[in-house]
Amino acid sequence: MAAAFNPTAGKPLRPFMTFALPLLLAFGAILGFIGGQAAGLGPAAGTLVGIIVAAVLAFVLPRYLPQRSGRWTATGICGVLGLLAGGLAGFIGGVILGALLGWAVYWLTKGNYRRGVPVYATSGQTLWHNAFKFICGAIFFFLIAPIVTVIPLSFNAENFFTFTPGMLALDPEAYSLRHYRDFFTNDAWLQPLKNSLIIAPLATIISVTLGTLAAIGLSQSHVPARRAIMAILISPMIVPLIISATGMFFFYSQMGLWMEEYLGLSKDLTGYIKVVLAHAALGIPFVIITVTATLVGFDQSLTRAAANMGAGPAKTFFKIQMPLILPGVISGGLFAFITSFDEVVVVLFVGAAAQKTLPWQMFTGLREQISPTILAVATVLVCVSICLLTVVELLRRRSERLRGMSPG
Amino acid sequence: MSNATTGPDNLTGVTPDTGLKVGQSDETGPVLAADGTSLKSSLNRALRKQKMRALLLIAPLLFFILVTFIYPIGEMLFRSVENQIVGETLPRTVVELADWDADVTDVPGAPVFSALTKDLMVAVEEKNHTRLGSRLNYELSGVSSLFRKSGRGVDDFGEVYTDQFVALDPAWEDPATFIDIFAGERWLTANAAYDGEGPRPRFRLAPGVDDVLPETARMYADFARVVQVEDDDNPAEEEPWNAVYLALYEELSAGAVIPADFPQAALLNQAQAAVATFDTEDLRAQFVEIDEDWADREVWRIIQGYSAPYTAGYFLNAVDLQQTPDGVAWRPENQQIYITLFIRTMIMSTAITLACIMLGYPVAWLMANLPARQANLLMILVLLPFWTSLLVRTSAWKVMLQREGVINDLFVWIGIVADDNRLALINNATGTIIAMTHILLPFMILPLYSVMKTIPVSYTRAAKSLGATNWTAFWRVYFPQSVPGIGAGSILVFILAIGYYITPEIVGGTKGVFISNRIAYHISSSLNWGLAAALGAILLVIVLALYWAYDRIVGIDNVKLGG
Repeated sequence: MAAAFNPTAGKPLRPFMTFALPLLLAFGAILGFIGGQAAGLGPAAGTLVGIIVAAVLAFVLPRYLPQRSGRWTATGICGVLGLLAGGLAGFIGGVILGALLGWAVYWLTKGNYRRGVPVYATSGQTLWHNAFKFICGAIFFFLIAPIVTVIPLSFNAENFFTFTPGMLALDPEAYSLRHYRDFFTNDAWLQPLKNSLIIAPLATIISVTLGTLAAIGLSQSHVPARRAIMAILISPMIVPLIISATGMFFFYSQMGLWMEEYLGLSKDLTGYIKVVLAHAALGIPFVIITVTATLVGFDQSLTRAAANMGAGPAKTFFKIQMPLILPGVISGGLFAFITSFDEVVVVLFVGAAAQKTLPWQMFTGLREQISPTILAVATVLVCVSICLLTVVELLRRRSERLRGMSPG
Repeated sequence: MSNATTGPDNLTGVTPDTGLKVGQSDETGPVLAADGTSLKSSLNRALRKQKMRALLLIAPLLFFILVTFIYPIGEMLFRSVENQIVGETLPRTVVELADWDADVTDVPGAPVFSALTKDLMVAVEEKNHTRLGSRLNYELSGVSSLFRKSGRGVDDFGEVYTDQFVALDPAWEDPATFIDIFAGERWLTANAAYDGEGPRPRFRLAPGVDDVLPETARMYADFARVVQVEDDDNPAEEEPWNAVYLALYEELSAGAVIPADFPQAALLNQAQAAVATFDTEDLRAQFVEIDEDWADREVWRIIQGYSAPYTAGYFLNAVDLQQTPDGVAWRPENQQIYITLFIRTMIMSTAITLACIMLGYPVAWLMANLPARQANLLMILVLLPFWTSLLVRTSAWKVMLQREGVINDLFVWIGIVADDNRLALINNATGTIIAMTHILLPFMILPLYSVMKTIPVSYTRAAKSLGATNWTAFWRVYFPQSVPGIGAGSILVFILAIGYYITPEIVGGTKGVFISNRIAYHISSSLNWGLAAALGAILLVIVLALYWAYDRIVGIDNVKLGG
């Protein structure tokens, strides 16, 4: 093997025969085993094919092809093998396995595995470095996999919660939008959706208005009993939801009766008021925390300058302070919104059936009559959270830029 | 205090340059502000104004949180000791029972049963007796049905006396007789003017009747109130309950003195002369006939024991203890569930916290040591689950972990697990731990990451250049600096975990549920709210203690969301 290919020159590569080849054969065997199981060849045949393919690629590719085209070749060969074994689904599986194998061939034979470790690192250290990367990858996989799995399952044509053979064979018949259709036409889901869209924004408005004012008050230099006040305002986030819900259950059932009897409000309206107030209380700590954090970077001399030039307190607030802390306020509001939009326990205890929200409906759905429409709803909600996450992330960066901190 | 006139110019009044002049003078008086008041008081005033403004900004929210959050929690704590139902539902019985000593007599005497007849009569009409029954049933099973059964029969108790009064003089059958004796003038006029709109005028006793026939008057007032409120009828047209005649009989035979000018004095005197010859009725026998539990000492002991307006009973119950004649003792083995649940909640929360540390530490380290651009990319992978609805993640895990779910399918497909021997990953502790570790992992990674970002790389490099191995450099130099992050993340995860309800409820089955599930069960299914409140109070104390620790370690102001 030519030393010119080695990106970490200075350390001789390990011999091909005793290092890269056995590892590649083992890797090929594992991939072949999986591929064989998938294509129905049986474990033994699959493993054998895997070993042969791996051996051929290991000997041929690094010698005659540069990395880029070599990896494409490996992908292509395995794709064709998959196509022969199992049609379209086999082709896709083969392409994935081939890409993995092709990457492994160059990673092992060209010494790419030493990238990122110092030249003087021992073999053990290199091994640990790569194992660590692999572990981290597995943890990220653990974090994301459940959420990603839900998405294809929501297109299931059957009423199953798992991948049907048809879905694995990529049969278009096995996929459908029926669960989405159910979600957007069934009253059992539309009413909760509507309720969620009524309750969450109202609760957010209350939390943001009160929370922003209080955060501005809290950020001033001389606030008596600041710590105690802060502890009280943050408490809805600290007290476990089940306890908050229990307390609110007693409180709001009396308050609901009182409102119906003395204010003459209808049962539905009091129900909404109760849930909105309860959710507003839960969202407030998030607003306080984000807005206070934004205000830390706010230069108080700006308000003094504004006052010096004759602006009244209201004008100073809306023209000077508000535009600067707006990103914090909005992301606090989004936190409050998602808190209310996701909340189940409190609404379960405080609300009546007329205030059933989307998470409540999902909760009953999961507990009782389990229907794959839940997965369609979940997919929609994942999209919503991706949008919210994007907005919050953009706002955070903007806010840091405004405050002259790191560009992120 | 001094003022501007102490200056050398002896100016009277304040001018804008007074402060300046005083400052330039030789006198070393207090420094003055521009308006001539002392600088100290002027600054104090400004400070006070600033404080007021800050407080005014905070006030609306503080008020809101105090009313809609802190007060409800206080009320919940109150409910965990409150026990007014026994005293309110059985006021007469509780008084009579106060002297009863369970060690001396098996069953209380006749006065208690007479009082019970009257109390139960009112309670049945107000439909309170089943509530009381279910309340006492928490302490002694069987009491609920005892009260329900007795409630059906109690209105016949004392009928013997009614019949004999009526036989003596048919006037006793006439509601007007009782109205004549007991009703006050004001109520009579108000009741006559009542036109069916709004609530009926509140019944009032005639003055003086209290002194002559106190028990009967009280019973009749109860009767009139219940007739008005519960049945929406006019007491002047309703025949009184047997319990009223019972009370009257008791008081007349006990020698009540009827004044000559008392309404219906003649009728009452005639009755008093006759009561000595009345047939009597053994109320105790009647009760025992309905349900022999009334002859059970335990039932009476429970009623007596819980007659105080406040009780530690719910708390005892919440830690598997009970009140026995010999003091506080453990409940029977087969009824001990809460201690087990508390311990399980603690153990599983600890396991989840440890799992989060194990998984979160490497990831946070990786992100803290990568260039900002790549770290931000990975951060999105952490924040996406954080922002995804809890229900979505829980349903995802339900889908993954089921017997016919994705993970089992995958294992069977690869051949690790036989098809007929699929792993039980859900509806047990395993399911709860896996799902909750996933759900709470971002709460561990974020504080860890923010602490690790502040640890300079040069420390580890310095350690290595001084001869430390990689492991020593990590363990002796890097790790100690990351401990605050571990502490913050652990307490956050632990606090969140011990209060979780939704996820254990869905993936936990019976073996993987937490104490919160039990609280929810008592709120919505068993309706034992006092016990739910007591369990909640204990949980709250644990959380507050942890929170206090969190505050000591990190400080509440340093809570960060999303990096």
